Amino acid sequence: MVLQFTEHGIYCPAGDFYIDPWKPVDRALITHGHADHARWGHKHYLATDAAAPVMKHRLGDVSLESVAYDTKMQIGGATVSFHPAGHVPGSAQIRVDVGGEVWVAAGDYKVVDDGLSEAFEPIPCHAFITESTFALPVFKWTAQSELKRQLNGWWAENRAAGKVSIIGAYSLGKAQRVMAALDDQGPILCHAAIENTNAVLRAQGVPLPDTVLVTAETDRKAFPGAMVICPPSAIGSAWARKFGPQSTAFASGWMALRGIRRRRAVDRGFIMSDHADWPGLNTAIAATGAEKVFVTHGYTSVFTRWLREQGYDAHIVDSGYQGETLDDGEEA
Amino acid sequence: MKDFAQLFMAIDQTTKTNAKVAAMRAYFETADPRDKLWTIALFSGRRPKRAVNTTLLRSWAAELAGIPLWLFEESYPIVGDLAETIALVLPDNGSSDDLPLHEWIAFQQALTAQDEDARKAAIIDAWGRLDTTERFLFNKLLTGGFRIGISQKLMTRALAQATAQDEAEVTHKLMGDWTPETVTFESLVLANDPTSDQSRPYPFYLAYQMETEPAALGPPSDWRAEWKWDGIRGQLILRGGAHYLWSRGEDLMTDRFPELARALDFLPDGTVLDGEVLAWDHAAHRPLPFAQLQKRIGRKTVPKKLLAEAPVVLRAYDLLEDQGADIRALPYADRRARLERYIKGLPAAAPLILSEWIDFDDWDALAQIRETSRDNAAEGLMLKRAGAPYLAGRKKGDWWKWKVDPLVIDAVMIYAQSGHGRRANLFTDFTFAVWKGEELVPFTKAYSGLTDKEFREITAWVKKNTIQRFGPVRSVTPHHVFEIAFEGIQESPRHKSGVALRFPRMSRWRQDKPKEEANTYEDLLGMLEVYG
Ligand SMILES: [Zn+2]
Ligand SMILES: [Zn+2]
Repeated sequence: MVLQFTEHGIYCPAGDFYIDPWKPVDRALITHGHADHARWGHKHYLATDAAAPVMKHRLGDVSLESVAYDTKMQIGGATVSFHPAGHVPGSAQIRVDVGGEVWVAAGDYKVVDDGLSEAFEPIPCHAFITESTFALPVFKWTAQSELKRQLNGWWAENRAAGKVSIIGAYSLGKAQRVMAALDDQGPILCHAAIENTNAVLRAQGVPLPDTVLVTAETDRKAFPGAMVICPPSAIGSAWARKFGPQSTAFASGWMALRGIRRRRAVDRGFIMSDHADWPGLNTAIAATGAEKVFVTHGYTSVFTRWLREQGYDAHIVDSGYQGETLDDGEEA
Repeated sequence: MKDFAQLFMAIDQTTKTNAKVAAMRAYFETADPRDKLWTIALFSGRRPKRAVNTTLLRSWAAELAGIPLWLFEESYPIVGDLAETIALVLPDNGSSDDLPLHEWIAFQQALTAQDEDARKAAIIDAWGRLDTTERFLFNKLLTGGFRIGISQKLMTRALAQATAQDEAEVTHKLMGDWTPETVTFESLVLANDPTSDQSRPYPFYLAYQMETEPAALGPPSDWRAEWKWDGIRGQLILRGGAHYLWSRGEDLMTDRFPELARALDFLPDGTVLDGEVLAWDHAAHRPLPFAQLQKRIGRKTVPKKLLAEAPVVLRAYDLLEDQGADIRALPYADRRARLERYIKGLPAAAPLILSEWIDFDDWDALAQIRETSRDNAAEGLMLKRAGAPYLAGRKKGDWWKWKVDPLVIDAVMIYAQSGHGRRANLFTDFTFAVWKGEELVPFTKAYSGLTDKEFREITAWVKKNTIQRFGPVRSVTPHHVFEIAFEGIQESPRHKSGVALRFPRMSRWRQDKPKEEANTYEDLLGMLEVYG
């Protein structure tokens, strides 16, 4: 086997390294900076040039080497390269070639272009390791152009009604995607957790609109009709209430389900995900030409059964990863 | 149905009551009267006849979506709503037709006369002419159960505003057993005679739970107290030589409780009573356990044996109509005096019993009486202001329920199951057990009582502590102790533990208690002894 599934994570015996390990190891190849993939405590890290700044910001002073996309490198008996996964800026699929047998660990991915992340590239392989966060036929994402229309329409409506728009989105990826989709209607205010990530991304050249950091001293009434972007857990908090009359929203793939949106008691739910939807997963897998598919975090058993019926040699892999969550805590 | 879909979106896309009412009001001001009538019907629980069974709908939707049926069935519990699941899996449509709501309903009702192939073709054709939101609404109409984010109360308020009428008046007009086939928008909402339908009930006046000490209500002499009975609220109407019994949920229960027909022998025509339907032990002159009444509730017609075993009475507490006149505006004490004149002294054969007032001089004395509620087969006390009119709906101020504290037991969680609809991605349904020696004996399920945050916390825990999966149910490591509150306990041969609880819920997460300190099976049997 080119890659094995061990209690520490996905392991490559030929190169003696792990991919997104969930327990401390010597050498970790990291697909992207989300906390469940880029964990603390490994000896040496390797990631893309584009993912490295956020990882340094989050993990501190660790031993981190970085490499450009699509660049082949030799690690022991394995040839390794990183390829865009379209999940968040800097995210990658990791291709591992051992003696001509090619495996790809996709990490988290999505196939539609969000206008911000490096666009997903299908990589031909023999075995493909896929996530399954939204692997049910009820998940079909709204087109990016329509999302833009909805988001800006909601903002305009709120401005006309004298309300602030407050949207909950995770700090790496989703928040910037929201910003990139906004028209130039008014000021964009960001919670500190998000503005810190913005600063890192701007420094590496990711084009983002101007934003205002909200601090304890910020006069929140000085920005009528503003768009406020904060982590989901801040919606409805004392922090958010200080903005006065407001309409609230979440941006998440889970907003496709009315029940979940209603349970979170926000006014609007925008169906915006960093993960692939049902058609996306199926197209991505077909495009790899892989015969073997390993299914990690999400609706693993349902999706594995479906893939088997489609003729794939599919297997469930238990992992330490987390799907997209609305709950307090880190994004995935 | 584009305007109806727009209304739905407006209601669904806000959590603010005023915005919902405003959207509904705008709809009532502009829509076709035939669509308005159906909208009123749908939001007051009058659904069209189900034209296609859901098994067929599921298989047609799966077929059209190009997925196997098992995959549809796996997706459904995660979405939590059949109409929505179907709408989501169907392939996307570019554009859609604009047929009015009442025409879509007529379209669906015409299906009942067709064979299966014709129905399938018609429904697949309809799905092809609707966008995702319209499909969801179309499927909701098709599968019945139209709860979409606005209550009957708010719908009524919007309708009252749109037609410049009093809300209580409109509430009254919308009661009774009309259907969109038997009335028009004009005759139902705009015409001025709510008694045109002789079976039409008055809106029930509903009490709030007491929030403060009764002393805050003012002088005791302004108030009257009675037991809060543990039965079914009922409104008995005697008009035109016939009788009608309505539940609080506006279900006509007349045939379920044939005993009450005899009320016509004892009371004059043009009488409407508010009271509690109770299974009654005539010999002991006290209510039978609620389980006896439960046997009656489930049955549309009643076998003789059950009629003898669990006879019912109406324990009357208010008079709403006297000699054909609506007397709801009179003070409670006056209505009550008239009621007593009718009910007191009726022969034992009459299915009517007065719900007596409880004498008390001060609030402390009443508080002590309240402690004896369970001995009197009551759930607590009702307090009503002597000078108050009979209002419509749940209104604060004049009627209060003052229930006794629930019974509680500390139990260990042993199984978890995920919720539906709003709570589809959380574990919300749990099974609890008590100790019998070293063994944990399951004795109740409970669903409610925790905050969303607590549900999320316990969900994360369940995922990490699953021992085994049985379909949607997971057995979990016995660890967490919860205080279970309940209103009553009964013997139940159907349950493995031999007991059944009434209204069990999680009242406290006892994070302070190790599992060894949960209650025992002996404790549970002890409670059955005392309260069963
Ligand atoms: Zn991620
Ligand atoms: Zn992930």
